[in-house]
Amino acid sequence: MKAIVVGASSGIGAAIARQLAQEGASVALIARRQTELDKIIAELTLDKKGRALAYTHDVTNYDATPALFDRIVADLGGLDLLVYAAGVMPNIEESEYDFAKDRAMIEVNVIGAMAWCNPAAAHFEAHRKGSIVGISSIAGERGRRGNPAYCTSKAALTTYLEGLRNRLSRYGVNVVTIKPGFVATAMTQGKPGLFWLVQPEDIANTTLALARAGNGAARFVPRRWWLVAFIVRMLPSFIFRRLNF
Amino acid sequence: MSAALSLRAEAPWRVLNSFGEALHSASRWASPRNLEELTTLLARAREEHLPISLRGSGRSYGDASLNEGGISLDLRAMNRMLDWNPVEGIATVEPGLTIEGLWRRTLEDGYWPAVVPGTMFPTLGGCAAMNIHGKNNFAVGPFGEHILDLDLLTADGNLLRCSRTDNPEIFHSVIGGAGLLGVMTRLRIKLKKVESGLLRVEPIVSHNFDEMVDTFEERLPRSDYLVGWIDCMAEGEGLGRGAIHQANYLHAEEDTVGPASLHIERQVLPSTILGVPRGQLWRIMRLFFSNDLGMRFLNFGKFQSGRLTRKGSTYLQAHVAFAFLLDYVPGWWRAYGPKGLAQIQVFVPAEAVRTVIPDILRLCQERDYPSYLGVFKRHRRDEFLLSHAVDGYSLALDFAIHDRERLDALAREITARVLDAGGRFYLAKDALLQAGELARAYGDRIPRFLALKSRLDPAGLWTSDLARRLALTA
Repeated sequence: MKAIVVGASSGIGAAIARQLAQEGASVALIARRQTELDKIIAELTLDKKGRALAYTHDVTNYDATPALFDRIVADLGGLDLLVYAAGVMPNIEESEYDFAKDRAMIEVNVIGAMAWCNPAAAHFEAHRKGSIVGISSIAGERGRRGNPAYCTSKAALTTYLEGLRNRLSRYGVNVVTIKPGFVATAMTQGKPGLFWLVQPEDIANTTLALARAGNGAARFVPRRWWLVAFIVRMLPSFIFRRLNF
Repeated sequence: MSAALSLRAEAPWRVLNSFGEALHSASRWASPRNLEELTTLLARAREEHLPISLRGSGRSYGDASLNEGGISLDLRAMNRMLDWNPVEGIATVEPGLTIEGLWRRTLEDGYWPAVVPGTMFPTLGGCAAMNIHGKNNFAVGPFGEHILDLDLLTADGNLLRCSRTDNPEIFHSVIGGAGLLGVMTRLRIKLKKVESGLLRVEPIVSHNFDEMVDTFEERLPRSDYLVGWIDCMAEGEGLGRGAIHQANYLHAEEDTVGPASLHIERQVLPSTILGVPRGQLWRIMRLFFSNDLGMRFLNFGKFQSGRLTRKGSTYLQAHVAFAFLLDYVPGWWRAYGPKGLAQIQVFVPAEAVRTVIPDILRLCQERDYPSYLGVFKRHRRDEFLLSHAVDGYSLALDFAIHDRERLDALAREITARVLDAGGRFYLAKDALLQAGELARAYGDRIPRFLALKSRLDPAGLWTSDLARRLALTA
């Protein structure tokens, strides 16, 4: 398998890159932080067939994405899987309205995903095969008071990926949306009230299983979040507002 | 597009298909509206080493206008008729004008394009680049024979006037050069004077292949158009059976409608066929096209209905209705299913046609991969470097892509037979040929073409999936 993992220097992206490398894939790791990327590359346990290539890139540098995509596809000798795992969730205080933070979340979590998924979608549609995986979140199910822009970004990513899935499934292209609950990563470190916490490796297992299954899906991880999401979506706004999420 | 960003970053991605939807490529896309925008795009692509392919209406069955990873320049927005001389019948056009756009402007002045393909939607630039032919190739040659001169924008940004006297080598190579030498930005085309908007059409049934060739040879001197349909599923004594349609221009005195027959309102295709709206007909066709049995039934029915026609009977038909059979059913290729169709058109010298074509028909049947549609035409040699025509016949075969591997294997066997007979192939239709096969078919013409390409386009800016597949890169 030839794969690109965007946002591979930590958390879920790093776990997916590790697992791909162990399984013998040729994997391109993309991240903004060179030192973190070097560290991950050094730690990778490569299968003898496996190959890991590192590319430093800021996903908000949209104009550089097409050329980098071309270069990586050439370096890998093709492409079977794109995983977009880049994401940011800055800490937002109660009554804080910081446009810069909100904008960063939209730019990284949504527009960056579009910049990477679009060329991959065109590539896979033309080749009539391939998988795109986006790491969304349970947070995209409703607009929570704690972080409106983060919820917006994940709702947008979920809808965007659904649209891609509906567009590409007829061409044999598999689009997967992963909606984790709480994951033990740097993003959630120190946050209060976390439960059903899973490890990034659990997300990686599900992600790669769904990418291989090839039938397109939106999956909550762990699965019990589906029931929570279902109930939360059914709640009338005036009740949801009082729950103080 | 802004000048600040790179073309590679800014141009949107598009997945483009071949006509018939068998091939697909993801490429960047841009659509210049005039020569200035085209020149700017060319300069930016050159700076960024971004390979360019040219695309009109995308009516090539193969990969001539596809360009995986590069940029596809869609020339349909450069579609002006720059000048029309109704006295001499000479049109000066931009490359994105379609055959339809041309005849709609000229027919009421009594002029019809001398060469048209089976659909009215290809652009004139595309027709010139692939040097298309029509059902009258034996009489008037290919599209290029009616081009008086053209302007070619080369990779270095220069504009060359090319004709039979100015840059003749380039003129004869650009026409039929599959868009690999530059962009034709202006063409001057001579049209055919017609006295009526109608043709007299005579259907003729032939019971086997020999009878079909005999009929062609006998009728060639007195036909303006001649085209044969072959039931590729008929076996034994009926091998190569089918129907021929001969059409002749009507003289003014024969036209009972009078000059009104030239009005474009009379040049229409029926809105329904057998009561079914044209746009939906492919859905019904799909019931038959999805399996060999259905097609066997359709071919049998078509042949038998032809036999019911009284011998020697004729009917009058508008130019549009006779010429553009493919346009009767919009989206007809969808009838072949999601994998689309591939077409192989082989050109065989006249002296070998009676052995090679039946051999190919038998081969398809033996390999259990029969063609669903066979179209037979007569050709003559022409003046162009990468000419596909020979003094002989062509057979175009439509294949549903049920099994790509088996189809590839069949294509190798068909190609070998055509090469042994000294035949050629048609780049506008081809999706299956290999570089070595093309080189063998065209002999020293390929090195001559590549030498010219190296001279005009040393960096290999103009390319396509076809160029890469067939090693037509500098």
